[in-house]
Amino acid sequence: MQKTLSESKRCSPITVKSLPVRSNHGPAALQSPSNRAEQRSCPQWRRANMALMELASLEKSLGFKKANKYSTQGNNKSVQFDPGGDRKSMQRDEEGRYLEMLQQTPILQSNKGAPLIGLVTIASHLVQEAAQPELLGRTAEQRAVVRQWLEYRVTQLDGCPKEDIRSILKELNQYLEDKVYLAGSDFTLADILLYYGVHHIMADLSVQEKEQHMNLSRWFDHIQHYPGIRQHLPLVVVLRNRLYTGGHH
Amino acid sequence: MSEMKLFVSDGNPHCLKVLAVAELTGVKCDICHASDDERLVPFLSHPVRPVLLLPCGQHLFKANPICLYFLEVSGRDVCDLTSQWLEWEAAELQPALMQALYQCVLLGKMTEAANTLEGHLTYMEQRLSKGATPFLAAEEATVVDIVLWAALYPLLSNSSFLPDKLQCVARWFEQVNALPVCQTVAQRVQQQKSLESLKRFLQKQPLPPARCRNAPLCNRAEEEDAEREMTDEEIQAAGATWSRGLADRPTPAERRHPILPQEGKRNVLITSALPYVNNVPHLGNIIGCVLSADVFARYGRLRGWNALFVCGTDEYGTATENKAREEGLSPQEICDKYHAVHASIYKWFQIDFDHFGRTTTEKQTEIAQDIFWRLYDRGFLIPDTVDQLHCENCQRFLADRFVEGICPNCRYPEARGDQCDKCGRLINAVELKDPQCKVCKRTPVVRSSAHLFLDLPKLESQLEQWLEQSMSTGNWTSNARHITRSWLRDGLKPRCITRDLRWGTPVPHPDFSGKVFYVWFDAPIGYLSITASYTDEWEKWWKNPEKVELYNFMAKDNVPFHSVVFPCSLLGAQDNYTLVSNLIATEYLNYEDTKFSKSRGVGVFGDMAKDTDIPSDVWRFYLLYLRPEGQDSAFSWADMALKNNSELLNNLGNFINRAGMFASKFFEGRVPQMELQQEDKRLLAQVGFELRQYIQLLDRVRIRDALKCILNISRHGNQYIQVNEPWKKIKGGDEDRLRAGTVTGVSVNVACLLSAMLRPYMPAVSATIREQLCAPANCADAMFQGAGSFVCTLPAGHRIGTISPLFQKLEAEQIESLKRRFGGQQIQSAAPAAATVPASPSATIETSANPERAKQLLQEVAEQGDRVRALKAQKAEKTLITAEVAKLLQLKKQLAAAEGKNPEPSPQKGKKK
Repeated sequence: MQKTLSESKRCSPITVKSLPVRSNHGPAALQSPSNRAEQRSCPQWRRANMALMELASLEKSLGFKKANKYSTQGNNKSVQFDPGGDRKSMQRDEEGRYLEMLQQTPILQSNKGAPLIGLVTIASHLVQEAAQPELLGRTAEQRAVVRQWLEYRVTQLDGCPKEDIRSILKELNQYLEDKVYLAGSDFTLADILLYYGVHHIMADLSVQEKEQHMNLSRWFDHIQHYPGIRQHLPLVVVLRNRLYTGGHH
Repeated sequence: MSEMKLFVSDGNPHCLKVLAVAELTGVKCDICHASDDERLVPFLSHPVRPVLLLPCGQHLFKANPICLYFLEVSGRDVCDLTSQWLEWEAAELQPALMQALYQCVLLGKMTEAANTLEGHLTYMEQRLSKGATPFLAAEEATVVDIVLWAALYPLLSNSSFLPDKLQCVARWFEQVNALPVCQTVAQRVQQQKSLESLKRFLQKQPLPPARCRNAPLCNRAEEEDAEREMTDEEIQAAGATWSRGLADRPTPAERRHPILPQEGKRNVLITSALPYVNNVPHLGNIIGCVLSADVFARYGRLRGWNALFVCGTDEYGTATENKAREEGLSPQEICDKYHAVHASIYKWFQIDFDHFGRTTTEKQTEIAQDIFWRLYDRGFLIPDTVDQLHCENCQRFLADRFVEGICPNCRYPEARGDQCDKCGRLINAVELKDPQCKVCKRTPVVRSSAHLFLDLPKLESQLEQWLEQSMSTGNWTSNARHITRSWLRDGLKPRCITRDLRWGTPVPHPDFSGKVFYVWFDAPIGYLSITASYTDEWEKWWKNPEKVELYNFMAKDNVPFHSVVFPCSLLGAQDNYTLVSNLIATEYLNYEDTKFSKSRGVGVFGDMAKDTDIPSDVWRFYLLYLRPEGQDSAFSWADMALKNNSELLNNLGNFINRAGMFASKFFEGRVPQMELQQEDKRLLAQVGFELRQYIQLLDRVRIRDALKCILNISRHGNQYIQVNEPWKKIKGGDEDRLRAGTVTGVSVNVACLLSAMLRPYMPAVSATIREQLCAPANCADAMFQGAGSFVCTLPAGHRIGTISPLFQKLEAEQIESLKRRFGGQQIQSAAPAAATVPASPSATIETSANPERAKQLLQEVAEQGDRVRALKAQKAEKTLITAEVAKLLQLKKQLAAAEGKNPEPSPQKGKKK
């Protein structure tokens, strides 16, 4: 009765190696040596740093002249990432203690009022500030789709256990089968943040695995070559001609 | 707008959100109640709710974006503050909330749930108390309040849930709850028995990670912040439990066969899917059924259940006939040979069956024919003629595996006559395109033959009624529920239960003489007949549904036969049979990043595991650590070495060894006096928590998750020793020496608990630890009672035995050589591309490739191929052809080697020639 199970049906196999701790998330110049040492022992801190770099990159691609200041709090190590170069001590607001728990959530201090908390919220705010609201979607429907993928990024993709990566790749790949961008035919913020979020996974895939997720790879390659988007991230090589033509094996 | 469809399901708090916001905004959409198991969004791998189908055909599958969409459609804007609250809700609150709901609703631990949420609720409290508005984002209730109200509703609607200090949250909740929209929606939900449906919803969710989402279980070692804080009460309670000690608990009774159901005991009947006799099982087969069932059976015995674990080889069917032909033996000889192979493999893996039988027995014929006649007499069998493929050359009907062809659904070229391996759909052999007889490779013709069908449509309503009851009370893995539902949804059709074959249980009806039962009708009856071979009183297990709980273990492709087809046979037979109440199905285990394949020599098969010099217990550990629960997983040599070295050697083994060594070196082999301080009790509380978690998980057959609890305990233990440094304190004054003694004594007792918890997973290691510690026989029994309690089992003065290391390091070279021996994945994946042309330099990985020789061999293969074809065309003598074919195969092997590929030709290529 027992059939040869694994011999028969299975999803495209992927081995994702050493995902939780990768060291090359950004140009080394941005980090002091001591920072790098800390990163290895503290992956959450590293994620925090990633979010900050993402926001800095996003600002650049949106054409901001002067960088905003962000902070995250966590692990008793207050982190400040200030690409503009002028460092100021971080101000703790009233929720400081609680926010310490949140660890990798970025905070935008602005002079206009209360600080903004959360990657998606800040990124959406920046897009508005830059007067490019079309990046959030042109219609209510499209905005909903964009919001959905932004939420997917922070709830499903970030901090996902190693075992789930395979199914996330599969989902994205299948979703992108008939789409140029996540929101259909228009480039949006969802593409930018999902690209940032999925970069470290894509960088770890073998050529064959990338080929197995052809739609995702195609989209990823497209986004990383989109003017001004890649910024702090290294280029991931995606081959355009197929090596493994065998189909199933 | 009216074209929008909103799919919701009961008990899901996210659906409450969207329903309430739809009310609030007045957006109209069709609301459809859909079963939780139905996948509505084609690209998502798991079914989710709610789902909004937009007029443009896009799916929205996240509640908060759906809410904001409703808001925008009704003409309102989304501001930063709204977006911020909803992001917080989704990313920060939800993970904690899921855990809290789990604790509160499923485990009944309201205080723990409140603790889990405390930080988040305090944050809300602060925002509310310092904010200028009575609601979260404005003077009025907005979508933010509704969403948070809905999310928190299952917990906060119980007014005693919130601690007193969170007054603002309490007031806020009351106000939102009183809003007409919330009232309307809440009432609608109330009517649907909210708690029950919430429970069902939660049971289907993946188990929330024990602490926080940032610390996936496997990485907990690296994430130091993941400790669960113990409250003072918990710490004091743990101290009290500990001092209860063993008291005078009786030694558990020896297992005495035959085991029969007993009045007043929990009678648990455990089966694992019967492995096909015709092949050697691989690791995936082993973890999928027998090993999983073994762990659960051993655990059941530890818990004091009256458990019977039966299994056996499934021996009838076309596969056996094929194998017999291949090996030139009779089917019975094949069965005898491979039954012994299976038995010895399972013995090596320490699978502790109460009985390991087989299906080719008198009992099988007797019981199968009895069930047949009962079904026949009650009109559940209908005769019909079937068009079947018949091979004129071999003079036989080509059932199931005697025929291969192109799948009519997915065009997979090697689909079998009953099922396609690629798309998994069941196939009627005549639907195959380009069918080929598996034996002679000729094209068969269609002929008709009379057969009997089990009338599943007639039994469908009875089946559904039973399933409803079994699934709601028992433990069914979500894949099992899902697969079963999808079968029912497609509607049941009559299923043929007879076959034109020789090797099987004969159909007793005279009109169908010469036919045998189809293996899927016959094989599950094997569970009954194997039990009957074990004891004449088998009916006490199998016709006793009130007193017996039946657990079926299998891999997911076996689900429909255990949840639909076999239950229908038993329901139709109307003889008060025990039906499955817990159906535990695993996903698939892959090998490295490819599949196990006997024909290509890829992967580790049961009989090879013992030749690796890696102990059986380590194999068991690693397979269970990777058990494909919830999704596929992959075996990897490097990972196995890593887990062995980091988890077994450095974590578990290290702790147990240190504890024992301190006792024997510093305290003359006796457990020293212990005087517990707060810190010790905190460890007891942590260990007790993990133990209870372990029991909760294993009671729900979460085998892999429960294993992590064991590793957590030794991790806590190592930290405890590290912080307290008994090896230093022993050299200090009296107080320090007492401290060293306490730490040693507590650690030795934790080691003793670990030996008990390890018993289902690593029986040999568990026995070794027990021996080294001279642990009393009744200690496991004492600690596994009820919810589980960590008591002092080795009191001061207890003498322990000789301590020695439990595990050995797996060296990199050893692993490399094993990896080579069992097939490398790159070589395999490159092979199809390079089938006919010499491999391109970039794709050639193997260093032994020899292009010159390959060219020459290619020529020889072509010539030899011509020779064989010529002989076949001349209808030459069979022996002659066979000899020439053998030569051809030999040449092809050499060619493959010269091309740098694995020498085994894939079956596909072999056939084309």
